[in-house]
Amino acid sequence: MPYRQTLSSIVGMLNRNDISSVELVQCFLNRIEEHSELNAFISVDAEEALKQARLSDEARARGSINSLSGIPIAHKDIFCTTAMATTCGSRMLKDFVSPYNATIVELLSKGGAILIGKTNMDEFAMGSSTETSWFGPTRNPWHKDHVPGGSSGGSAAAVAARLVPAATGTDTGGSIRQPAAFCGLTGLKPSYGRISRYGMIAYASSLDQGGPITQTAEDAARVLQIMAGFDKRDATSSNREVPNYLDHLQDPIAGLRIGVPRNFVDDAVHPEVVGAIHNSLKEFEKRGAKLVEISLPSCNAAIPCYYVIAPAEASSNLSRFDGIRYGYRTDSFDDLDELYKKTRGEGFGLEVKRRIMIGTFALSTGYYDAYYRKAQQIRRLISNEFESAFKKCDYIAGPTSPTTAFGLGEKTNDPVSMYLSDIFTISANLSGIPAISIPVGFDNRGLPIGLQLIGRSFDEQGLLNLAHSYQQVTHWHQEIPTEFS
Amino acid sequence: MTWETVIGLEVHVQLCTKSKIFSGAGTMFGAEPNTQACEVDIALPGVLPVMNKEAALMAVKFGIAIGANVNRRSIFSRKNYFYPDLPKGYQISQYELPIVSGGSVDINTPNGNKTIRITRAHLEEDAGKLTHQKKNNSSGVDLNRAGTPLLEVVSEPDLRSPSEAIAYLRKIHTLVRYLEICDGNMQEGSFRCDANISVRPQGDKQYGTRCELKNLNSFRNIDKSLNFEINRHIDILKSNGTIVQETRLYDADNDLTRPMRSKEEAHDYRYFPDPDLPPLVISDVLFAETQASIPELPDLRYKRFMSVYHLNEKDAEFLTSDRNIADYFEQVVSICGDSRKSANWITGELLHHINQNGLDIKSSNIDAQMLGELIQKINDKTISGKIAKGVFDEMWHGEGNASSIIEKNKLGQISNTTIVEEAIDQVIENHSAQVQQYLAGQNKVFGFLVGKVMQVTAGKANPQLVNQILQHKLGEKDGVPD
Repeated sequence: MPYRQTLSSIVGMLNRNDISSVELVQCFLNRIEEHSELNAFISVDAEEALKQARLSDEARARGSINSLSGIPIAHKDIFCTTAMATTCGSRMLKDFVSPYNATIVELLSKGGAILIGKTNMDEFAMGSSTETSWFGPTRNPWHKDHVPGGSSGGSAAAVAARLVPAATGTDTGGSIRQPAAFCGLTGLKPSYGRISRYGMIAYASSLDQGGPITQTAEDAARVLQIMAGFDKRDATSSNREVPNYLDHLQDPIAGLRIGVPRNFVDDAVHPEVVGAIHNSLKEFEKRGAKLVEISLPSCNAAIPCYYVIAPAEASSNLSRFDGIRYGYRTDSFDDLDELYKKTRGEGFGLEVKRRIMIGTFALSTGYYDAYYRKAQQIRRLISNEFESAFKKCDYIAGPTSPTTAFGLGEKTNDPVSMYLSDIFTISANLSGIPAISIPVGFDNRGLPIGLQLIGRSFDEQGLLNLAHSYQQVTHWHQEIPTEFS
Repeated sequence: MTWETVIGLEVHVQLCTKSKIFSGAGTMFGAEPNTQACEVDIALPGVLPVMNKEAALMAVKFGIAIGANVNRRSIFSRKNYFYPDLPKGYQISQYELPIVSGGSVDINTPNGNKTIRITRAHLEEDAGKLTHQKKNNSSGVDLNRAGTPLLEVVSEPDLRSPSEAIAYLRKIHTLVRYLEICDGNMQEGSFRCDANISVRPQGDKQYGTRCELKNLNSFRNIDKSLNFEINRHIDILKSNGTIVQETRLYDADNDLTRPMRSKEEAHDYRYFPDPDLPPLVISDVLFAETQASIPELPDLRYKRFMSVYHLNEKDAEFLTSDRNIADYFEQVVSICGDSRKSANWITGELLHHINQNGLDIKSSNIDAQMLGELIQKINDKTISGKIAKGVFDEMWHGEGNASSIIEKNKLGQISNTTIVEEAIDQVIENHSAQVQQYLAGQNKVFGFLVGKVMQVTAGKANPQLVNQILQHKLGEKDGVPD
């Protein structure tokens, strides 16, 4: 069955005419409909997807083929699309249709990919469980009473359940990697600036970065290849040349030094996670990589640092949702103040309001130095620490998350414990460096465990090489939840 | 007690770029609402700002022109507040590190030259406009102006009177037009200003409590509002009252200032560096190129006009107050070689015609070449100054250049002695009574006779030749006994 294949093998199937794009898209559309209980999608446009598939098959017949021609993909509902609504998981934008496409939406479309639907997410990407969505929580295909992680939980659940071969996500503090880990997938957060943010609804501008969620590192390389590159509409995008990510996937990893932070095995990390990580590291050692002990003491401050900077930027980024020009507007109001208060009070959910308030406070006169400025100093400290660590090693390895997927509703009333699930992922966002999560085992309940690999700035290629090398000798990435296989 | 006024000004200079400061949308004034606004200006979800290089270089130009420190690396910050004309809910501005720091301009005061220090000049985006409709109690939002580049020029509190404030403003106004970074149009809001004003007893070291005046959109309003404010402060201080530090709006209809509505109170703008925009870096090459593109500035040109062209202060100041007028003047002089006549013709006849027709020097019907040639025709005595005015009129109405008009209308001066002598003989014969009066000692009749000669020759006789021959002929008569 084509849905069980990786994106890379589907490319081959299409190229050999084993299957048409119409058949492929229809197959995935059927699965999306069959498994609506996961609530992985906010919007699906079957008619348009099939139309695009027909056009793609016709183009292929004429010999016009791009690297992802005819392959259905899903976008996290944070990327603006003209084809269907872009809600950002919020009541505020529940009916919003963007008049323009995000840069990566354009790029993937030019690359031949067919947009099949938009996936569920934590409201405005604020959350680690996809439970804060206005459209209800997404369920983890490995265990439906558990969360898929977040904020890109819809994308991860959709790929894990094989409802789509690949999906895009965004990662501000771990929102690609943590759901990839919770759902047994490969999730790459590229370096800040590698992928254009234009048309990606901003949560925390200095931390947000888009990326692929796929089954394998090779799939990730194919999707990243199209998403990456300078965009003149995003002043923070990098004009550094984009390498061919498939070129060095097979390179030997012998001699590479993998740093293992001394402090990653602490009480907070579940023993089963620790065990799986250790086993995976042995696999790298077997293939010639050297393990080096390193120390990243400032990373303990990453969470408080993040929870000042991200909400501060968010409090400003989300000011545009005021009910004046687009989006939700309250039904009745007497004056401008009431229009603002009621629109934002009703349009935003609890977590979004919480972060807006934290951020507003952190930026206000008298507190700016104590919070925002201090957080920026810590951020620089963490960056420097990574820089010196990368003198001793080439990559840094550790768990993506301290635990496997937690239960639905388990942490919704305890925001701080929810925030702590991002403890290992946040530092890479604060430093702007790339990181990938790959599946390395299961706990005794059958929930996937993820290994995080962090690389030097713009070394996506090396991370993909390392991940691919591991996936050549392991089977974790091929596992499909029984119900969906 | 005598009082001293202390004024500092914040001038908003709208930079005349083709597109907006952070988007590719146009900046045309007076377009249909929301037609000069793209997705970035409307602040749709997901959009990002990209710095307009042209705007940055205009700011650099200004910085160099006022002798300021141009910060090669400056930072954009967000100024957060809610208002419907501010689509993002924040204004992108510069806060901690502006593109221009320091600098100064000199102004003329009754007590001589005075240097006014400039604190800073920073780049920022303008907001949109609200239009309030009373009939259905609603407001419209027009985002055409949103994102238009502004350079906010902040002075030190160095100004001591409304007239100094006006002199300073005029100086900045002249400068930005010289640099071609602003059209200076105050009606359209391209050049606006806010004023900080306080009053203190003469001799006090400490400043009084200041008020900020907004909405000052003409030199006249600025003058009137500052004067109103000074009197208001003095009245309060005299009666031992307290000045409230506040922002006040000038109401031109009633010539008074009043506090702005209370919703404006106690804003915490929560400034922080805009994470969407990297630091604005001006490279050495760009800086050097910009420096080289700066024209001779008005102060230097004013001095040169006096020394090289021997103009008086008034003419020199007037001619250098506008770069295009000064350029025009220099072209005219280069053609005719007569700076005094050039100045007189430009400040007189030419600008009279231009102003009457609502034109400017660049769109004048008579270009510098044409005026230069006309003055040449006077100086080489082809025509008299009086005839020249007629030629000027015809040139203005598109009848051609000076030579062709003189040719066509046979206006060339008569310097042929025989013809002039014949005309004089005719006048002497026809006006024997006046000739007798002259000979009897009434010298002023001479002028009458000259006029008659000019009349006979349709004004074309060379006046000097007429004088000379008439004097000679009358002298001859004097010698002949009756």
